[in-house]
Amino acid sequence: MAGLEDLYREIILDHYRSPRNRGDLPTPPAHRVEGFNPLCGDEVILYVDIDDSGRVTDIKVDGQGCSISQSSASMMTAAVKGRTEVETRELIRAFKAMMSIHERGLDGDVNGDGGPVAPDPSVDMGELEALRGVVKFPVRIKCATLSWNTLVQAFDEAGPDRTRD
Amino acid sequence: MAGARCARRHGGPCVSLDVASVKKDFPILERDMAGHRLVFLDSAASSQKPRAVLDAMDHYYETTHANVHRGVYSIAEEATQAYEAVRSKVARFIGAPSSRGVVFTKNATEAINLVAHSYGRSCLGEGKAVLLTEMEHHANLVPWLMLREERGVELRFLPIDDHGRLVLADLDRTLDGVGLVSLTAMSNVLGTLNPVADIAAAAHAAGAVVLVDAAQSVPHAVTDVVALGCDFLAFSAHKMCGPTGIGVLWGREDLLEAMPAFLGGGEMIRDVRLDGWTPNEIPWKFEAGTPPIAEAVGLGAAVDYLTDLGMDVVRDHEVALTAHALTTLAGRHGDDLRIFGPPDPHDRGGVLSFTYRDIHPHDLSQVLDSAGVCIRAGHHCARPLMRRLGVPATSRASFYVYNDEADVDALSDGLLAAADLFSI
Repeated sequence: MAGLEDLYREIILDHYRSPRNRGDLPTPPAHRVEGFNPLCGDEVILYVDIDDSGRVTDIKVDGQGCSISQSSASMMTAAVKGRTEVETRELIRAFKAMMSIHERGLDGDVNGDGGPVAPDPSVDMGELEALRGVVKFPVRIKCATLSWNTLVQAFDEAGPDRTRD
Repeated sequence: MAGARCARRHGGPCVSLDVASVKKDFPILERDMAGHRLVFLDSAASSQKPRAVLDAMDHYYETTHANVHRGVYSIAEEATQAYEAVRSKVARFIGAPSSRGVVFTKNATEAINLVAHSYGRSCLGEGKAVLLTEMEHHANLVPWLMLREERGVELRFLPIDDHGRLVLADLDRTLDGVGLVSLTAMSNVLGTLNPVADIAAAAHAAGAVVLVDAAQSVPHAVTDVVALGCDFLAFSAHKMCGPTGIGVLWGREDLLEAMPAFLGGGEMIRDVRLDGWTPNEIPWKFEAGTPPIAEAVGLGAAVDYLTDLGMDVVRDHEVALTAHALTTLAGRHGDDLRIFGPPDPHDRGGVLSFTYRDIHPHDLSQVLDSAGVCIRAGHHCARPLMRRLGVPATSRASFYVYNDEADVDALSDGLLAAADLFSI
């Protein structure tokens, strides 16, 4: 049985208590997307400014939910601000791999059957590493990935016609 | 079980439950939870099973199993007898006049779906209304929403007040044009016990039939369908010490007789030709295919177990434990703890939904789990009620025969541990 300290790492609690990039942005130009976990009522609302090159120039997060969903959203905003779409999608893929969700499961959120996945050495996870312990608590994986799935939605809604990178 | 009944009651008839003795009947409670004992406070979702139920099912499979209502050989006849004996036992347990009105289903949800599908599609339609309440479980909402989509039936909802009690001031006017009333006897979120008999009387006066979702009440208090005055009653075995996979629909025989079949297949027919079929008698008309036989045997053992404890004793125990919990939790946590539902323990069952400080129910449940305490976190399959309460989710602790004051203390300690971890 995994201990609480595997889940509630200090960095996670810090982001939960003092969330970064909290708030909203004027729409348009920002894209507003909502993510919802019907299981527990967790809600993430993202406001994402994406410039013509596909770069995330600003991002804000609103909504409410458990410490894992809210801290994951906070850490995500800090990690993706300034990244290009290609870089961001790479990070999303790496994060979901860390949550044992592989590419084929991106849509349906199909969990992998193994334990934690070895990190992709080409992607620096930084603080996000702290969320690795969530894998030991399968019910909470959906909490951790909620904001990340919502961000994918923002890029999809921003439109494929835009030049990428 | 002979003798156990006395061992559970202290001196004379029906005083209180000997919970220490009851706990020993439930093997899962011996489990070690990383150094903690298992404190199970989620019986409103599904109860644990006493050894008597597990043994009865094992014994059935080891000595008796064959399909029912088919074979002529001995064990097939024994299996049929065992299965049908439970029907009679269940009828007695809920005060039904005969076992012909007892239909075995998969669970309470399927029982409600059976009524919505069969009675709903034959007797309700455009121009008719179905009256529900704001506190219903999704099991008693979605089948009617489906019926509305399909048949244009109007849905009405009895509102609740801020203590989670039904507002009945307008009941008679609301019942005008209603063909069926379907309501929970006890809310799975608020614990509210609804005045089912009064509502049934008013509904009958208005020409409506009444379905009671008794999934939360049958396991915890004496049930008498005649005294309730209902026309249908639905409940599940797994919330009352029995196995998953079997539930019960009790229905008034004249209504069941007139209703069309639900699922088609073997067992529910009298004759099948290539150009048609003739339905079986009730209750078998509603039991298509091989039924959950071992589960029925388990349900029978659960009914015996609860009957042996005494349903009046079970109810008294839960009122006392709920009163203790309401008092001690409020005393220790004050305004940090917000408990929903009626304040008087006599008006409610042993279900406490609450929010604690601003800690999300998921986090609270996770911290409690690390101390072996199991509570439910989420919307409890009652999203419309959550919206009415103005919360996205709550935590819920629910009590049963194997819970005692030490379990409430474990919950209380866990709240403080969560506060320590998440305090800003």
